[in-house]
Amino acid sequence: MGPLVPQGIIGPEWDFIIALVIGMGFGFILEAAGFSSSKNLVGLFYGYDFVVLRVFFTAAATAAAGIVLFDYFGWIDVEMLYVQPTYWGAAIAGGMIMGLGFVTGGFCPGTGFAASSIGKIDAMMFVLGTFLGALLYGETYPLLKDFVNSGYEGGIKIYDTLGISRGLFTFLLIVVAVGMFYLVPLIEKRVKKPEY
Amino acid sequence: MEQERIRTKDPNKYMNPYLAGVLLGFVLIAAFYFSGRGPGASGGPKRVTAAIVEAVAPTHAHQSEFYGKYVNGPHSPLKDWLNFELLGVLVGGFISGALAGRLNLKVEHSPKITSRKRLFWALIGGILFEYGATMARGCTSGAALSGIAVLATGGFVTMLAIFGGAYLFAYFFRKLWI
Repeated sequence: MGPLVPQGIIGPEWDFIIALVIGMGFGFILEAAGFSSSKNLVGLFYGYDFVVLRVFFTAAATAAAGIVLFDYFGWIDVEMLYVQPTYWGAAIAGGMIMGLGFVTGGFCPGTGFAASSIGKIDAMMFVLGTFLGALLYGETYPLLKDFVNSGYEGGIKIYDTLGISRGLFTFLLIVVAVGMFYLVPLIEKRVKKPEY
Repeated sequence: MEQERIRTKDPNKYMNPYLAGVLLGFVLIAAFYFSGRGPGASGGPKRVTAAIVEAVAPTHAHQSEFYGKYVNGPHSPLKDWLNFELLGVLVGGFISGALAGRLNLKVEHSPKITSRKRLFWALIGGILFEYGATMARGCTSGAALSGIAVLATGGFVTMLAIFGGAYLFAYFFRKLWI
């Protein structure tokens, strides 16, 4: 039963090799889907290309449904999985700053690394920026400390927050994703894609 | 000539987005099944930066409440799952780019702006994105995608804030793109 490394079924020495292989799959798909070009990525925010929405929500729904099924069949112990902790203030403020970074830089960190690997110099500058951003955060941390640790609720789950069952939420996630896949072509048809 | 045209691939031909999404979903499931965690991309630069600060100013790093979390542990912050995973992203992206004929050293930018302007804003964007990601404990990969995979409330909130923030600010930076 998974997760294999935390359960001790696979030795911890394999964890970094697994990380490398997972990363290769991740980077390959990001590049192959066109996420190595910021023109494709920011299309989401100007309405001319929704490839990010299609890939992101297909992946999110596949993974969420897959993990629920793995749990149902007893193949994975969900209690042992790392769950993104919820800090309300930091998640919202940090997310908004990331949104500003997205429309100015044209990448997010994962896509920036993937695009750097095929020679995009703009992506390399973005990646350089991520190191400077971490440094800036480290140096300003004393000022932010109280705010970023406020509103902590631990590894809470969205279906508990909304007060519905896990199965129903997963079903709704898929319905909303498919609904968006039907709607976005209507916007794409009306907005001219820039040529470059 | 004819043969060359057949061999030359169209670098603008990308994988079907739904196929890419399903495959990406499988990668996420595999990450959780094997390692009990999902992939991320902002945690790598954070740890590498902590290691650089430790090398340049060890006292400052060890006394800092922020860097201390990474440099005062039993292992170097470089010896981390996220760093190996990001190394894999570079390799995987390169393989895909090589197969698709997209390896090309260039600055991609709208013809309405100069390369220098594109590079300036790419740097600013990188700084902002990592700053926000460190605050929110993860970026589009580690917080949003991996968070949603395990149905974490924080994953959904961060995802909505990233995309909501981007839509909110998009108008002011439209000249960079369209």
